[in-house]
Amino acid sequence: MIKVSNLQKTYNNTTVLNIPELEIPKGESFGLVGNNGAGKTTFFSLLLDLIRPTQGNITLNNIRVDESEGWKPFTSAFIDDSFLIGYLTPEEYFYFIGELRGWNKADVDALLEKHEDFFNGEILKRKKYLRDLSKGNQKKVGIVAALIGNPEVVILDEPFANLDPTTQIRLKRIIKELAEDGNTTVLVSSHDLAHTTEVSNRIVALHKGEIVKDIKTSQETLQELEAFFAV
Amino acid sequence: MFKKFIKLEWKAFTRSAAFSTNLVVKIIVLLYAIMMAFFLLLLGTGAFSILKKAGASDPMLWVNKYLIYYIIVDLGIRIVFQNIPVSNIKPLLTLNIKKKTIVNFIIGKSMATFFNIIHAFFFVPFSIVLLVKGYNPVNVVLWHVAIMALVYSNNFLNILLEGKNWLFAVFIVLLATFGSLQYYGYFDITTYTEVFFTSLYSTYFMALLPIALLVIVWRATFKFFYEYMFLDAGLKTKEEEARTENYAWLDQFGSMSTYLKNDLKLILRNKRAKMTVISSVLFLFYGLLFFSNSIEVYNTPTWKMFAAIMLTSGFMFTFGQFVPSWDSSYYPLMMSQNIPYREYIASKWWLMVIATVITTVLASFYLYFGVDVYLMILACAVYNIGINAYMVLLSGAFVKTPVDLTKARQAMGGKKSFNPKMILLGISKLIIPIALYAVGHYIFNDTIAYILIAGTGIIGLLFRNFVFNQIAKLYKSEKYDTLAAYKQVN
Repeated sequence: MIKVSNLQKTYNNTTVLNIPELEIPKGESFGLVGNNGAGKTTFFSLLLDLIRPTQGNITLNNIRVDESEGWKPFTSAFIDDSFLIGYLTPEEYFYFIGELRGWNKADVDALLEKHEDFFNGEILKRKKYLRDLSKGNQKKVGIVAALIGNPEVVILDEPFANLDPTTQIRLKRIIKELAEDGNTTVLVSSHDLAHTTEVSNRIVALHKGEIVKDIKTSQETLQELEAFFAV
Repeated sequence: MFKKFIKLEWKAFTRSAAFSTNLVVKIIVLLYAIMMAFFLLLLGTGAFSILKKAGASDPMLWVNKYLIYYIIVDLGIRIVFQNIPVSNIKPLLTLNIKKKTIVNFIIGKSMATFFNIIHAFFFVPFSIVLLVKGYNPVNVVLWHVAIMALVYSNNFLNILLEGKNWLFAVFIVLLATFGSLQYYGYFDITTYTEVFFTSLYSTYFMALLPIALLVIVWRATFKFFYEYMFLDAGLKTKEEEARTENYAWLDQFGSMSTYLKNDLKLILRNKRAKMTVISSVLFLFYGLLFFSNSIEVYNTPTWKMFAAIMLTSGFMFTFGQFVPSWDSSYYPLMMSQNIPYREYIASKWWLMVIATVITTVLASFYLYFGVDVYLMILACAVYNIGINAYMVLLSGAFVKTPVDLTKARQAMGGKKSFNPKMILLGISKLIIPIALYAVGHYIFNDTIAYILIAGTGIIGLLFRNFVFNQIAKLYKSEKYDTLAAYKQVN
């Protein structure tokens, strides 16, 4: 599904990301961990063609992201609040994304209803614009919006940050469900090793832009990761 | 303590996104500022002799006569444009600094803005000229101090009236009412206010009145800040009650309706974007200056042509120059969603076309000045739609200033006008139609001239697909740079 070859990103002679090779098969639940500055967001930004690779390329479904826009219809992401439109109400935002992804109102409403408990009554019909919601509630909106249109690739950057414990547990359930059907490739990054090991069946650890660990999740994964990051 | 504050302010200023661009922009901004100051200085020193030559027996009395309008306009401008500088004091609240010091700092900061200093450039040289011309020194100084007190009172009044943007409309109505009453000779408010402003000069005690006013509003402002300096009171960002809207009538635009609806919400729900609507109304009335024949210099075909272009282009110029910057705060979303560039551009184009058509219809009151005038406006509207709309979109693609939608004004007015490509495109928006008109007018007649202008517009319309594709290409090639530039928000 996702193929990275010889990917490098350099700013002023400092290489912030260097991935010679990486392949993520369809239906995998992929976890990306690493400290600040490890290159997680850089990698996701490259995947979405928001920054230009210094070298190499990424293909989604054999489409090079920096050459064609053909990957957009089946890819969705929530990276940060620059993926939200502040002056819309949550409903308007969901319908807007829905229209872009070919869903009508009823489709969107069905999805929103499904995630009603995730919203915890704080999102819909609150007569607030997105810009006036708290950081955590904004995040909930962004995550659910990324599920609109049944995308084949879902990219979530730090989805657990800023969420309350109950919502974190609900989010884990959502991500697991997504990965279960085998058609959706989910990419999640996090600082929280426990969360990531719980939702992902493969974990890659980045350190200073390089892949230092690439493991299939098992009972020992969490310990292994904790041992690695305890410096 | 104040020294430290000033250091912080200096850093905030020099490191703001608008300023940290390249050296060329910095130099041009500086030159521009110096030019403005020089121009005002020139006006201040020259005003006396200009007024004398224009027939005013005592220039000072003439200034006093119209000062009331000056003061009202100043307050109106402040209400719309002058922001209150409280946003960056939040980090200071929990530090070991007395609340009084912070309040004094905010007040001091508000006093040191462009909106106050600009007045000194006129009044200081004007007062000096008065002294040179032999006016009583003590009285001149008193008069000067009193006027400055009024200017600073406006500064504080603006703070106390924060957020009441509707007042701007009130001031416009007031100005229009008193202005027209005076023009047609029914009632002249200046005969009353003139007495007051002259008394600031002619007596020793009247100057105390504005000074007392200044002290009162200053105390009130101090109290206001002191009592409301809490995160959930004065420092809270205002929340409006939101309504979910559908705008079903836009559905007839097909797949583009998605973007049109979004743009409509953008304009209606953001302070900064609302200004485009206000400016299009102002542009619409701007033509009165030219077509009413009230100002002699403007009574030439070239100036009238200039006015005709500007009349219907208010929204187009003010909105279009920031496409795609209006979407800067969520540009990564737009770039990773399933949005074809062409459709995106087309929707912005349609928005400008709709606005231009509406203003052209509204401009029909210019028929009062003759069918010929309105024909000229019509021809220019067609030209605006056919050619200028492309020009605006084209120059917008080079503007990489992120727009902060929530603020009514941008620091330094944005660096938009300082891009050489933009200046070139900006000038050609006006020069080309004026040249077309000149050719038609001087070689043939006015009718041919109008046909020439409108015809060029229609030819432009025929090339729509080609132009849209070119602009889309430009967007694509600028994509990464644009994304990076939008990240650097103030």
